[in-house]
Amino acid sequence: MEILVCARRVPDTSENEISLNSTGNDIERDELIYSVNEPDNYAVEEALQIVARVGGKVTVVTVGGEDDEEILRREMAMGATHGVLISDPAFAGSDGRGIAAILKGFVAKGNYDLILTGVQAEDGAAQVGGMLAAMLDYPFASLVNSIEILDGKKLKISREIEGGNREISEIDLPCVLSIQTGINEPRYVGMRGIRAVASVPIATPDAAELAVDPGSVGEVGAKVTRVDYFVPALGKGAEMLSGSREENIDKVLELMAAKGGLK
Amino acid sequence: MARIFAYIGHRNGIVDDSAMELFAVARKIDPAASPTALVTGWGASLDTICDALRTTFPEVWKIASENLAYPNAELIRKALMKVLPPGSIVLVPHDHFGIDLAPGLSIKLNEAFVSDILDVTERSGTAMTVVRQEFGGQVSAHVRCDHSSGAVITVRPGAFKPSSSAPLAGVVVDKSSEVGPLAAGRRYLQTVVAEAGEVDITKHNVLVSIGRGIQEKDNVGIAQELADVLGAAVSCSRPVVDAKWLEKSRQVGSSGKTVKPKVYLACGISGAFQHLAGIKGNPFIIAINKNPKAPIFQVADIGIVDDILEFLPEMTNKIREMQSVSAK
Repeated sequence: MEILVCARRVPDTSENEISLNSTGNDIERDELIYSVNEPDNYAVEEALQIVARVGGKVTVVTVGGEDDEEILRREMAMGATHGVLISDPAFAGSDGRGIAAILKGFVAKGNYDLILTGVQAEDGAAQVGGMLAAMLDYPFASLVNSIEILDGKKLKISREIEGGNREISEIDLPCVLSIQTGINEPRYVGMRGIRAVASVPIATPDAAELAVDPGSVGEVGAKVTRVDYFVPALGKGAEMLSGSREENIDKVLELMAAKGGLK
Repeated sequence: MARIFAYIGHRNGIVDDSAMELFAVARKIDPAASPTALVTGWGASLDTICDALRTTFPEVWKIASENLAYPNAELIRKALMKVLPPGSIVLVPHDHFGIDLAPGLSIKLNEAFVSDILDVTERSGTAMTVVRQEFGGQVSAHVRCDHSSGAVITVRPGAFKPSSSAPLAGVVVDKSSEVGPLAAGRRYLQTVVAEAGEVDITKHNVLVSIGRGIQEKDNVGIAQELADVLGAAVSCSRPVVDAKWLEKSRQVGSSGKTVKPKVYLACGISGAFQHLAGIKGNPFIIAINKNPKAPIFQVADIGIVDDILEFLPEMTNKIREMQSVSAK
């Protein structure tokens, strides 16, 4: 099975305190730790487990610049066969639809049975997979938390729905699935593994090579644009305790007793 | 201004809570809007739903089809494309169904797409500015959406106050005949209900709830020891279940359990909205997190910036001391 996984390099929200830059038009990016978007990493692991069962190849693709190459190397160290960095100055400022249009151009050049994305990235939009599927006229499922290969033509999948329940469906190939975290346990990648793939060539197709209409991508093609970032003044917020740890514990216990939380 | 539609979900003959919220969003986009409800389904329960909705919406478009009995996003997309006028604004809840439906619908309608909005701050004939959150809720963003050729917008559940207006005598318009036969590449088979775990976190008055800040499986015991001295249970947020440190039945959130404790100790939990959606009944929330920017501090009653791996054991010891004193 030929599997394509669409991945993205993002600031790791579990490792960073995100704050605004001085003008408010972006977050402060100087000290940020970047990593592969967590759901995308689960998608790559899932693809690797599928080809281990039924054979095939895994290609990991991202849209970006040279800084983004590091996540492709990381996913190749996990076992992905190919890494592809789609890069063109015309792509800067693309909205979700623009990114999906670029990926569609890449998919059209290949012959993929299955396309995986992570369920969402750091912007929480959860949009590119569903858009790409619609552009390709492929079936789509979001929030996928298990995949079983039924035969060469279809899969049995489950989606995470409310209350921890699972919605089971059958889906025809080729299709696009957005993968939820927790579907598997992604393998560990060490520095040695990344060094081992350091010299494997990475293709870098541009807009012309993928026959992407420059008017449909980048800032010109974007119908949705971010104006600024801000930190909202939300309600009253928590009363922050700033005593010593011992004082804070005493205060918490006192409050818990008042709220009926102590035996 | 474009015509505004709201896709209304329903289950077991009951209208989803999002219906009134989407109506409020429509009025916020355009105070003069006369929003239309879109409802799909099959059988007598669909008529019950339409009847309930026409007290809020001046017009309810009903699409009845046997293969829409279960809400399959691909089939519903195809049905909506047959009935929606060009340039419409379509509102959908940002839940597991909306995530399935809305992005693809926007492509097929060739409309702008904005997801998971929390507010609408500006509007004009062809553009609006909305509020979204990024980076797990650590910062918000104003986003401008050009809706000159329409827009599909998903709305965060609970973000908009339901509007309260006098009941209407709206009309139900049956659009079923415009839809025709529908087929999809994805076919629903069944729903598997979540397994009950050994510990029922929904029955506890006090929850010691842990998130990514617990760092590794061996540290879960720290939270369990505190829970033991408190007579509480240990619950958690999504990353703890993803890492297989606790079973799924311990997870609080929209894809986990809904809990109603009196006291909720959020330990090393960032406070993503999907997690907060599982905390009901207005408990007293005490948040302990190393990151002073963690969104949990916006909703907690008491906040402490500290490392839970040190804070929790000291708290456990303190309670043990108090208990041994009172036992003497």
